[in-house]
Amino acid sequence: MSPRASLAKAGLADAAPVFAALGDQTRLRLVTRLCTEGPLSIVSLTTGAPVTRQAVTKHLHALAAAGLVRSKPRGPRGQRIWQLEPRRLLEARRYLDRISQEWDGALARLKSFVEE
Amino acid sequence: MTSPDRIEKSIVLRAPRARVWRALTDAQEFGTWFRVKLDGPFSEGATVRGRITHPGYEHLTMEMQVERIEPERLFSYRWHPYAISPAVDYSAEPTTLVEFRLDDVPGGTRLTVVESGFERLPSGRRAEAFRMNEGGWAEQMGNIERHVAAG
Repeated sequence: MSPRASLAKAGLADAAPVFAALGDQTRLRLVTRLCTEGPLSIVSLTTGAPVTRQAVTKHLHALAAAGLVRSKPRGPRGQRIWQLEPRRLLEARRYLDRISQEWDGALARLKSFVEE
Repeated sequence: MTSPDRIEKSIVLRAPRARVWRALTDAQEFGTWFRVKLDGPFSEGATVRGRITHPGYEHLTMEMQVERIEPERLFSYRWHPYAISPAVDYSAEPTTLVEFRLDDVPGGTRLTVVESGFERLPSGRRAEAFRMNEGGWAEQMGNIERHVAAG
């Protein structure tokens, strides 16, 4: 078990924007679609969404600011194509996994302590 | 089950509820299993500081802001979700909330620990609560891992 202390390097400050960015149904839906369908244009991402294209664009920029997605102008008519940047999501999950492991260790020690 | 903004753990301890309560809320007993030497007793509203005693991490400290103490039911505090270096000012960093809850179960006591607030921004602004369908996060992560493996 790695001590909780070692989490200082992992940094909540780095992970927090990722959790905050995902704390919205529309953004989560966009991430899910990019995850399952691969790179998509704004038009595709707006299709079937209960929000406007402008709103989708705004949410994509919020996700980009958190490092979760990025865009490239490579559509047939130069429109931007958005794709997932999984690295930040995996970092955020690793951070939580480590804290989770710290708790497993602490609770195992608590169990020994109260059951002795 | 870990979702993006909280960690929840549940464990059954073969000990009476009063015993578990003391191990959680007596600062010295807490320090024994948590591996920290705390400088004072826990009381609602108190800030308690301590030095980590985990081998190799003795140079680090931690600080707990005690929120609620409801005898044999609930103990909660806020802290920075990792031990802190004395050289760094963490006062502007976000804190998470840790809640210990106790329930009676046959043969012992069930302890549930929830640590939440990971979505808080460094500015202290609480982000919109994370809402998603049951199992969504795990599924999402599976998708992403497959995505990464395939990419």
